[in-house]
Amino acid sequence: MEKLIILIVLVTGVIALAQLVRLYELSSKLKKKGEHDVNDRDNHLNAKLMLGFMMFQFLGFIYLMLTYGWTGRGEAASLQGIETDWLLNLNFVIIIIVFFITNFLLFYFAFKYVRKPGIKATFYAHDNKLEAVWTVVPAIVLAVIIILGLQSWNELTSGPSKESVRIELFAKQFDWTARYSGENGKLGKYDYKLTNEGNNPLALMTTETIESARSETEKAIDAIEQELKLAQLDHLTSGYRGLISASAYKSHIEDSYNAASEGDFNLVEVEESYKHIYADAKGLSGHVEVEIPDPNSETQKIFDRLEEKLIVKGRILRSIVQMQQNFNSKYDAYAFDDIIQTDTLYLCKGVEYEMSFRSKDVIHSAYFPHFRAQMNVVPGMPTRFKFTPSLTTEEMRKKKADPKFNFILMCNKICGTAHYKMKMMVVVLDKNEFKQWEISKQQSTFKDTYSAGESEDLANSEN
Amino acid sequence: MSTVAHENNHHDAHHHEESFVSKYIFTQDHKMIGKQFLMTAVFMGIVAMMLSIFFRIQLAWPGEESTFLNVFLGDNWAPDGIMKENMYLGLVTIHGTIMVFFLLTGGLSGTFSNILIPLQLGARDMASGFLNMLSYWFFFLSTLLMFASLFVYDGAVFGIQIGDASSALPDHTVWDGSGPAMSGWTIYPPLSGLPNAEQGSGLGMTLWLFSMAIFIASSLLGSLNYIVTVINLRTKGMKMTRMPLTIWAFFVTAILGVLSFPVLLSAVLLLIMDRMAGTSFYLSDIIVQGEMLANHGGSPLLYQHLFWFLGHPEVYIVLLPALGLSSEIIATNSRKPIFGYKAMIGSILAIGFLSFIVWGHHMFVTGMNPFLGSVFVFTTLLIAIPSAVKVFNYLTTLWKGSLVLTPAMMFAIGLVSTFITGGVTGIILADSALDIAIHDTYFVVAHFHIVMGMSAVFGMFGGVYHWFPKMFGRMMNMRLGYVHFWITIIGAYGVFFPMHFVGLAGAPRRYYDYTVYQEFDQGTYDMIMDLNGIVTFFAIFAAIGQILFLFNFFYSIFRGPKSPQNPWRSNTLEWTTPVEHIHGNWPGELPTVHRWPYDYSKPGADEDFIPQTVPLKKGEEEH
Ligand code: HEM
Ligand SMILES: [Cu+2]
Ligand SMILES: [Cu+2]
Repeated sequence: MEKLIILIVLVTGVIALAQLVRLYELSSKLKKKGEHDVNDRDNHLNAKLMLGFMMFQFLGFIYLMLTYGWTGRGEAASLQGIETDWLLNLNFVIIIIVFFITNFLLFYFAFKYVRKPGIKATFYAHDNKLEAVWTVVPAIVLAVIIILGLQSWNELTSGPSKESVRIELFAKQFDWTARYSGENGKLGKYDYKLTNEGNNPLALMTTETIESARSETEKAIDAIEQELKLAQLDHLTSGYRGLISASAYKSHIEDSYNAASEGDFNLVEVEESYKHIYADAKGLSGHVEVEIPDPNSETQKIFDRLEEKLIVKGRILRSIVQMQQNFNSKYDAYAFDDIIQTDTLYLCKGVEYEMSFRSKDVIHSAYFPHFRAQMNVVPGMPTRFKFTPSLTTEEMRKKKADPKFNFILMCNKICGTAHYKMKMMVVVLDKNEFKQWEISKQQSTFKDTYSAGESEDLANSEN
Repeated sequence: MSTVAHENNHHDAHHHEESFVSKYIFTQDHKMIGKQFLMTAVFMGIVAMMLSIFFRIQLAWPGEESTFLNVFLGDNWAPDGIMKENMYLGLVTIHGTIMVFFLLTGGLSGTFSNILIPLQLGARDMASGFLNMLSYWFFFLSTLLMFASLFVYDGAVFGIQIGDASSALPDHTVWDGSGPAMSGWTIYPPLSGLPNAEQGSGLGMTLWLFSMAIFIASSLLGSLNYIVTVINLRTKGMKMTRMPLTIWAFFVTAILGVLSFPVLLSAVLLLIMDRMAGTSFYLSDIIVQGEMLANHGGSPLLYQHLFWFLGHPEVYIVLLPALGLSSEIIATNSRKPIFGYKAMIGSILAIGFLSFIVWGHHMFVTGMNPFLGSVFVFTTLLIAIPSAVKVFNYLTTLWKGSLVLTPAMMFAIGLVSTFITGGVTGIILADSALDIAIHDTYFVVAHFHIVMGMSAVFGMFGGVYHWFPKMFGRMMNMRLGYVHFWITIIGAYGVFFPMHFVGLAGAPRRYYDYTVYQEFDQGTYDMIMDLNGIVTFFAIFAAIGQILFLFNFFYSIFRGPKSPQNPWRSNTLEWTTPVEHIHGNWPGELPTVHRWPYDYSKPGADEDFIPQTVPLKKGEEEH
């Protein structure tokens, strides 16, 4: 393909060169004649080219239409999609007519009314009637488009029907997870602060997960405090190290680090003891004042970062505690039977699905091209969308004559490096097959996976 | 030399000797400032176009080694000639930002408002030459910062360490990242708000944000100046209803800018606060890169509302000046009055007003309340009416004209074509029910490139060809202009027309490649790849064609034939000034205006044009 580029470069280069030469001739001629008007030959040639371009535009359009038309995505595979595809086609008919007529008039006029000797332009400044016509006619057409469009929109966005089934789609950089509501038909509650990458990646809320998040957070806070103390001890120790030979401190430093690592630690006491040793070593008696220099910017950054982390964790802990107080254990059951599905989303043909969307990090968008469905997934704000699959995967394979075809869910809102790979397979089954699948999943509810999974604390995994 | 001195001594102002610095650099002369905007914009335009060629190569031949990419992007961003994924996003982001803000806002408005407002109104200069100068230099500074964002690598810009290198900080919490801003030109938070959400959200994004804040200051200074000049400095007889449509367009554009850019500024400032001061305007309930944030209660949608409150008017800030320029060009070269002058003014005003209440059409699938969505469907489709009126008026202006197909005229005709072609697909996108399936696909990319990008670029080219003699006192070469036009319009349609089909096939935008489809839907994949090949072919073709323009432009500045005073036999005031630029524009008295600017081929007149300075004959009706 690189060859192609080179070819184009060459051809265009030659054209450019030829033109440059002509430019030179022309400009010298112009200087003599002082003539700046467009000559009739150029004028007429360009007028004809206008028509030629129109043909290029129209034929190109027809060619693309015939070759690519709607075939890419194929038939819509959801009831809602069938409806909007119908509307889309209607709108396309309207705008394609407008496209052809207006572009034709434009290029035809440009061709027809090019300057001809002896013919003067017609002075025609305005015409209220005509202008009224082309205000009112578009207004009427648009009114029709608006009314039809809003009708569909209202249907699409109206609340779910009674029979609809809820599925939650959870998005994060860079994959999707689906959560089915299980036997009781209710999705468990969640809160992002309960996230545990090991056994509760979806942050579901049960008595147990809250308790575990609480203790994990407390542990994390202790760990950070510990880290901060060690950092401060480092700073202090290195300050004294500069004053006298290290050997005098050696055992003492070890002691204080040992104490610190056991959590039994008081910075002021350590400092006092350092001062004593210092005084002894120097043969001073009584109280000595030693100025430890302020931490340098690197050290200060470490302190700041740890302190900031403490604040964040503290806030999170407080709200987990609150959550714990308000939580009613009857909600446990909602979460326990939820089924979590990471690789493939199974749907049943003819069932209306009420999808709710949740994001862990940045905005994503759940895009199902074949179902003509799309909804953004926004952190901190649950969103929803409903659709009813109308073709099974098998049926769609036949329609597309592609035995390997599968429906797809992809991410359609820029979300980072691997945005373009963020996808999930979607399989639509008929009623019986879907029953089978549900039965096969009965033993892998959230309850089962939670107790099996290893707890993996966020705060610890992070470092 | 102070401005005051000019105003008092304008008769002999051109006798002053000026230093190079005050004439070409810190100039307060509107004509020179206009040219400064133009030069900067041409440079940025070239950069942005090159970027688009780079990522088009990736799209057409994903993962193939290309020495071309390696040469331009270097080993950091295209090792072995394969572009890195995140650099792809960076290139797209900077491309879009430059094109919209630096080429078509700064470049188009900055150049032509500056040059034409005083000249077509009969004013000696802008209301405030000093603010005008500041406006340019802010623009220049923001250009530098945006350019710098493109060159961020590991916390360094152009190799100068500014932030932390990523390697120094293993836990990524204060990671300054690598690469330019990468979250799209709309920079939606949280992706843009969290420095560790992706590589470009560090230093690159910081530079982007500061660049934008300064750009907005520049734009505001410029716009206020334009508004005050139009209101106060019209020469005797230049009633509002005698102003050329160019001035009407610039005037409304400036008002749109003044009303909407401050909202973007607040959006940017809030984002800067979220990034640097720990606030939660746009952040809520987030775990990013394993780090749990405590921010709660912010809304990413708030940002989107603020952004698009500017973002949509921005489309018209880009488009209206182009429409204004082409109204003038089409009337002059059809040798006919523009059809429906009052209706044209009416539609500019209607478009300007409506453009403030349609922003939600960018947000139909964001989870915004569906009822609010319906309201935006309604207002958006309303805007199609004044747009349709404009198109029909252009067509009628051509009808029974005596067309002189100068390159400028041809670009203006091209603009009408792209305005139609891009406009009609807007009707589909404005229909929320239909937008669901095509939102954020290449269909949208096709739509906005044609209706906003190409129309505005055509308007800009037309403007340059038409007013080049006024700017530089020389003529551009016509033949080169013709070839340039044909390459450009064929290229433009060749690039952006097939993109509709890419979108309808279901190809999301901002995708590095489409291999996901390979596993799932081979038919769609083949189709996307086919079309992407065609698009890239035309993109390269069009880009090379621009060399002709650049050559013609720079060559003619120095070597073009000298221009006569009124080369296009036009009515407006700028052609009554001497060819050589002087301070104060007119050597003697300011001209007095007696008629509207569109008396072309008026029955009873000897010539086919009557300049605005010619008094009405006895018994002659104004129009
Ligand atoms: C040589 C001509 C051009 C080519 C080949 C080109 C191509 C592209 C492509 C392929 C994209 C990426 C779409 C995506 O992935 O979302 C893009 C984005 C964009 N382009 Fe262009 N473009 C060109 C000229 C222009 C012009 C003149 C404008 C001025 C309005 C423009 C404005 C934009 C914007 C605003 C974006 C969106 C960037 C984003 O997604 O953040 N482009 N362009
Ligand atoms: Cu995503
Ligand atoms: Cu908009």
